[in-house]
Amino acid sequence: MPKPKVAFYWCASCGGCEETVVDLAEDILGVVEKVDIVLWPVAMDFKYKDVAALDDGAIFATLLNGAIRTSEQEELAVLLRRKSRYLIAYGACAQLGGIPALANQFSREQVLQFNYEDAPSVVNPTRTRPQVHFEEAGRTPHLPEFRHVVRALDQVVDVDFYVPGCPPTPNLTRAAFEALLNGNLPPKGSVLAPDVALCEECTRKASKPTNVSFTEFKRPHQALWDSGQCFLAQGLVCMGPATRRGCGAACPQGNMPCTGCFGPTSRVRDQGAKMLSSLSANVAARDEEGIRRTLDGLPDPVGTFYRYGLAKSLLRRKVNLPAGSNGH
Amino acid sequence: MTKEWSPRIVAFFCNWCTYTAADLAGVSRLKYAPNVRIIRLMCSGRVDPQFILDALARGADGVLIGGCHPGDCHYVEGNYKMLRRFTLLRRMLADLGIEPERVRLEWISAAEGEKVKRVINEMTEQIKALGPLGLPRKFAEWDREVIALARQVRDREAAAGPCPERPLTPEPQEAVHA
Repeated sequence: MPKPKVAFYWCASCGGCEETVVDLAEDILGVVEKVDIVLWPVAMDFKYKDVAALDDGAIFATLLNGAIRTSEQEELAVLLRRKSRYLIAYGACAQLGGIPALANQFSREQVLQFNYEDAPSVVNPTRTRPQVHFEEAGRTPHLPEFRHVVRALDQVVDVDFYVPGCPPTPNLTRAAFEALLNGNLPPKGSVLAPDVALCEECTRKASKPTNVSFTEFKRPHQALWDSGQCFLAQGLVCMGPATRRGCGAACPQGNMPCTGCFGPTSRVRDQGAKMLSSLSANVAARDEEGIRRTLDGLPDPVGTFYRYGLAKSLLRRKVNLPAGSNGH
Repeated sequence: MTKEWSPRIVAFFCNWCTYTAADLAGVSRLKYAPNVRIIRLMCSGRVDPQFILDALARGADGVLIGGCHPGDCHYVEGNYKMLRRFTLLRRMLADLGIEPERVRLEWISAAEGEKVKRVINEMTEQIKALGPLGLPRKFAEWDREVIALARQVRDREAAAGPCPERPLTPEPQEAVHA
């Protein structure tokens, strides 16, 4: 029997998800033995045309990481969708938009202007910007178009499963492969991680007060933190209550609060709104002035509550930004 | 749009105070703008910020929340919780490009039918001045760039000639994001 074909692809991502696949260490040999890798740009040399030449559905599973920002990423997402039986959004960016989706607070013009003109390290006296088409030596090369909006994978194509995390842990990755290869799969659209909040597996859970009461919010760099006590009890924003478990509470174990990379559980539609709700409701003050003063300790609610989830939030992006006029 | 635009406001009223006040406004035959759709909840503390965002995302131009005056909450704490959520949510909405006037919190007791009328009329006028928020239309506009590409790919395939084993990519839908 021929081995099932597997593809790995990356879009707007940092490469951390690719690291996790490699972090399977010796276990990766077990995976490689059972599958036939047909595309993995970070590690192996295949061409897009090799993929295009495959029959539709010929790839058993594609693990795609990264958010979708350019027309090239979109095209590959569409192509891989068609060629794959299972398309898996691998990691926070593909699942929720991830860190790249924080750019949804800015217009495309702001992003290009900063990166090609205003950033302190840029030297660009002619203010040259990448063009979709340009003439050089009698040829017209084409570059991918930079979109106005950062998207999660399922905002571009249909997705079968999600593996959460920034990056997903080797354990989850291994479990996902096992489930795929053994055909032991949950219903389509499932996130391949437990459907309960992180606090459930946090070693600090016992010290979480029944009634959290905030008199001020502090930030991680402002103090040394008790390594055993619940972060919420210490006045730190910990996204644990609004985040899915499955990572083994890795950040709290490293004495850092959860930032929410696993996304919400299936009962929550908008992770940021839910966390905002829970945190602010537990402010101690009852008067407007006192409430405002305590909440001023959260200077960047969008960046705090939607660190990974802005693209998939109910509003998706800053709503008054332009969306039209293509060509850079 | 064929009809002249008029604001759509979703109102979350607490069962014990503001909803009863709206009832009183009704039996007192007070006239107020027909732009609110009232949803009765047991307490303003039940208003999850997700409800507010969802209302806006589905086409509301504004959201009004009505609860008991401070100290009067039937459940003791609910309206304080709402006030705290509202304080941070409004700031966050401003960061996401939504005018703070589109979301309003008012304390209206069961006796204040007049206040229901005044607040609804005021808010309707304010939102009329702001114009439509129109998020569903915006979402569709944002996704046009994706649909355009899906069409291109399809046309390219069509130009390459039909292939029996490889059906054409289906016609892309208008709204990619549900």
